[in-house]
Amino acid sequence: MSILVNKDTKVITQGITGATGLFHAKGALDYGTQMVGGVTPGKGGTNVDITLENGNVVSLPVFNTVEQAVAATGATASVIYVPPAFAADSIMEAVDAGLDLVICITEGIPVLDMVKVKRYMEGSKTTLIGPNCPGVITPDECKIGIMPGYIHTKGHVGVVSRSGTLTYEAVHQLSTRGIGQSSAVGIGGDPVKGSEFIDILSRFNDDPDTYAVIMIGEIGGTAEEEAAEWIKANMKKPVVGFIGGATAPPGKRMGHAGAIISGGKGTAAEKIATLEACGIKVAPTPSDMGSTLVSVLEEKGLLEKCTTGVAQA
Amino acid sequence: MNIHEYQGKEVLKQYGVAVPEGKVAFSVDEAVEAAQALGTPVVVVKAQIHAGGRGKAGGVKVAKNIDEVRAYASEILGKVLVTHQTGPEGKEVKRLLIEQGCDIKKEYYVGVVIDRGTGRVTMMASEEGGTEIEEVAAHSPEKIIKEVIDPAIGLQVFQARKLAYAINIPGELVNKAVKFMIALYNAFVDKDCSIAEINPLVVTGDGNVMALDAKLNFDSNALYRHKDIVALRDLEEEDAKEIEASKYDLSYIALDGNIGCMVNGAGLAMATMDIIKYYGGDPANFLDVGGGATKEKVTEAFKIILSDENVKGIFVNIFGGIMRCDVIADGVIAAAKELGLDRPLVVRLEGTNVELGKKMLNESGLNIVAADSMADGAQKIVNLVK
Repeated sequence: MSILVNKDTKVITQGITGATGLFHAKGALDYGTQMVGGVTPGKGGTNVDITLENGNVVSLPVFNTVEQAVAATGATASVIYVPPAFAADSIMEAVDAGLDLVICITEGIPVLDMVKVKRYMEGSKTTLIGPNCPGVITPDECKIGIMPGYIHTKGHVGVVSRSGTLTYEAVHQLSTRGIGQSSAVGIGGDPVKGSEFIDILSRFNDDPDTYAVIMIGEIGGTAEEEAAEWIKANMKKPVVGFIGGATAPPGKRMGHAGAIISGGKGTAAEKIATLEACGIKVAPTPSDMGSTLVSVLEEKGLLEKCTTGVAQA
Repeated sequence: MNIHEYQGKEVLKQYGVAVPEGKVAFSVDEAVEAAQALGTPVVVVKAQIHAGGRGKAGGVKVAKNIDEVRAYASEILGKVLVTHQTGPEGKEVKRLLIEQGCDIKKEYYVGVVIDRGTGRVTMMASEEGGTEIEEVAAHSPEKIIKEVIDPAIGLQVFQARKLAYAINIPGELVNKAVKFMIALYNAFVDKDCSIAEINPLVVTGDGNVMALDAKLNFDSNALYRHKDIVALRDLEEEDAKEIEASKYDLSYIALDGNIGCMVNGAGLAMATMDIIKYYGGDPANFLDVGGGATKEKVTEAFKIILSDENVKGIFVNIFGGIMRCDVIADGVIAAAKELGLDRPLVVRLEGTNVELGKKMLNESGLNIVAADSMADGAQKIVNLVK
């Protein structure tokens, strides 16, 4: 089991004929993802031929609209690599086409566009991940996004994060300790986004194959605090955390649009205090995310069950 | 992106937000001319810098005649104002706003922000105008009234009316306050603001509702569709290194430590600063070279780091996903050779093509200290700059 995506998930790429879309469509296919087509308005009826690492060539059909792509391929998920000015429209098109899952990788979408998107999505069945995120991966089954697939190993620890590279860092620390992952989800660094920590934690909570979770937050907003309270009240599995940005100055946007301390709110210190008060162990440095999880797994008697691979030196 | 108060007021005026009459002045003579043109018995001389707390720092003066305008303008222009938002080094005043004086009856607060929890624009209002809203939020949060706005229909009249009554705007001025709030919301949405703060909003003796101050902040992601706002950018208010970095699409923020950092990814870049601090060092900057960095971008990033005289050592921390370690190594070597590496350099590489990247660094003949992990690298650079 896993969350959000698995070996049967059929995916289309919106923006497949762009350099980024094409590059990552190939990456997904190389990993074994069921990438079944793409959408680029004006290029419908053509095909893109993708030569994989193993030499095989996959020919993916391109459609003018998501609706046509879904009708022809039976896709239930979409990944968006459309430039920021057009990305909100692409998300809404995917929602309109009734997809279960939409993952928007695009960074730099105007916040007020996302405000409209969220309003548009009210009452729809679609789950949106992102924008400004690395995507979602279920190791050995399905990779949708820009993460390096090879660092992941199959297992039982869920990872959820606002940051891409910190997710890779955490996954790497787990894999080198022989601890595999059930799924790793980047929810993205924007202030207004599709899924929040709680949405993903709740899925990990319901997934019988996930035994523990790493949650990686950062400065800005109060999503980590809300997640901590939710964990305390609902989570049946151990969660460890890390919060980035303890040294970030107030009022400065630290790369991610959402990573800003404003009006004295959203500091790392506040978040860490709330997490700890809710019984969540917080890694003191980003280098300790793996070791902190290991110590908690040992404490709960879960280490053996979570060790699915060989620890590397 | 921030703009000056006088620019903010000009933007708001286009949407029908009432603001006092005023004019920008870059010199004492211009200030005097502006005051004469206004012709009001009292004018206010206001320092224009991108920071709040100007009044307390002596940057706002009320002049009762032209001689006083001249005296205050001479005093404030060129003065370095230190406020809680400027940092200890302060900011030099290069522009003044010369504005008509108002007969203030009472001060209020109105602000518009994007609320992350609801994912919607929210208008906040308070009877406690003129003071820092953060302070009000801390000691009496019940005095801040909020209305969450549906983006499909915008701020409704009843919502603005609720806010106006809740903060005790005099009954006969409620309609003017409602008009003010709706105009403010329209400006916020139309110009892609991230914050719009009117503190204070005032009611005057002659029965007006006006923005006495205006702080507008714009969503950088949306600037591509607002050329008029981009034109208001004042580069003198920004850090020179940050401007240089933005030319190369590098995300850089200057800090006051001595360890330069070059990292890929915003989260990892923040975490790198944290781990340097954890081991007793001080980061000189936040720098995210991004996921698709090229050799040229890495070289430029290096140049910007080295241009900071406070930098005593550099820590490169890369987790190559899409970004290949050999590309980083190539950029680091090129930059070090071009610029001459006169300070310690610690490099931690992990991820795609890591072995190739490490090999290139080893064979470069440069004095580069390799690190096995973030913690190892952070400790090494902290020791090297001691």
